[in-house]
Amino acid sequence: MASLKDLRNRIASVKATQKITKAMQMVAAAKLRRAQMAAEAARPYAERMETVLGNLAAGIIGGGQAPVLIAGTGSDQKQLLLVATGERGLCGAFNTSIVRLARERAQQLLGEGKDVKFFCIGRKGYDQLRRIYPDRIIELVDLRSVRTLSFKDADAIASKILSLLDQGAFDVCTLFYAQFKSVISQVPTAQQIIPATFEARDADAAGPVYEYEPAEEDILADLLPRNIAVQIFRALLENQASFYGSQMSAMDNATRNAGDMIKKQTLIYNRTRQAMITKELIEIISGAEAL
Amino acid sequence: MATLPFELVSPERLVFSGAVTEVIVPGAEGEFGVLAGHAPFIGMLKPGILTIKADGAARRYFVRGGFAEVNPAGLTILAEEAKPLEELDLGALAQQIQDAREDVNDATGDDAKQRASRHLADLQQVYEALERDRTGATTH
Repeated sequence: MASLKDLRNRIASVKATQKITKAMQMVAAAKLRRAQMAAEAARPYAERMETVLGNLAAGIIGGGQAPVLIAGTGSDQKQLLLVATGERGLCGAFNTSIVRLARERAQQLLGEGKDVKFFCIGRKGYDQLRRIYPDRIIELVDLRSVRTLSFKDADAIASKILSLLDQGAFDVCTLFYAQFKSVISQVPTAQQIIPATFEARDADAAGPVYEYEPAEEDILADLLPRNIAVQIFRALLENQASFYGSQMSAMDNATRNAGDMIKKQTLIYNRTRQAMITKELIEIISGAEAL
Repeated sequence: MATLPFELVSPERLVFSGAVTEVIVPGAEGEFGVLAGHAPFIGMLKPGILTIKADGAARRYFVRGGFAEVNPAGLTILAEEAKPLEELDLGALAQQIQDAREDVNDATGDDAKQRASRHLADLQQVYEALERDRTGATTH
């Protein structure tokens, strides 16, 4: 049985841990708010981009000569899985759930005889995937040194991916990230970005007839690579918000668990203390009676 | 005077939103002005200076990369980079020019090379215009 001193030490250490988790929770909450604001600020751009591209693409697809980024390379043999995770742990199942989704997809694709490659954004996903598919990872982008995500970061990743596409390293690219629903719910999501998919729209619902300058094909050729960067940027922002949301609830849980632990240990401590007092009293009384 | 709703959006945020009388946009094939009632139009941007006229005052922004869309609901400009001219740092712009110069050297194929050098020329033009502006402002 633990001595009183041991118990006291244990309680003190759990209390210290609780203070840390509490502080982390509050920091995560503050950062979450900022990440959410950034994600919301980025939304109009992505939405408008999608509308315009949808309009343009609808016209082009009918015309036959569609660019590679929409039509694909004509094969789906080589698959690139772009896995965006966090740079840090202590965030519940955030990293694991994204990696699990990517891993399941990879297994399914491998089962179909496809060639699967990974492109990791974020250290944590890389660490997990490295154990299972050590020679399928072609690239790791580390965003640890980035304090606030800017479009440039996403753009750099997009240009790496596009140059891989030019080299013929893959045919289909799928992006994995966690969509931010709320603080308690982040949904791991797979989104195919190359070839791009657009929602089919009705021919009658088409907007006004636009004039284009330069020609439609040129605009599309310029916008499609940009769209990749925009999609990645959006995913990274969503991911960041999800990360802090996940971390916040994980730390909230940890704080609560530490509280439970302290209560339990204090109970044991008091009981042990009382048992010792009782024992000493009995010893004194029986000693006095013996006289 | 009739106004048109105008939005200037960068990937990071909504830079400007409001009713304006005229916007002068640096289009890939020349500058163009947009007034209320403009025909539906989609045009690419070149790096340059965007001028917004509202209530008789003009506001100027540096924009780079993206496109302008005019539809009956107004004008929307999506630019990869958009910031008020006062916030633009000449040093950062010089860095961009440096990068563009490297792009020209790295570019393979005539098409890519041509595009890269056009980008470089546009950036240099903006830089010179700004420099003239600033030195002019200090001497007067």
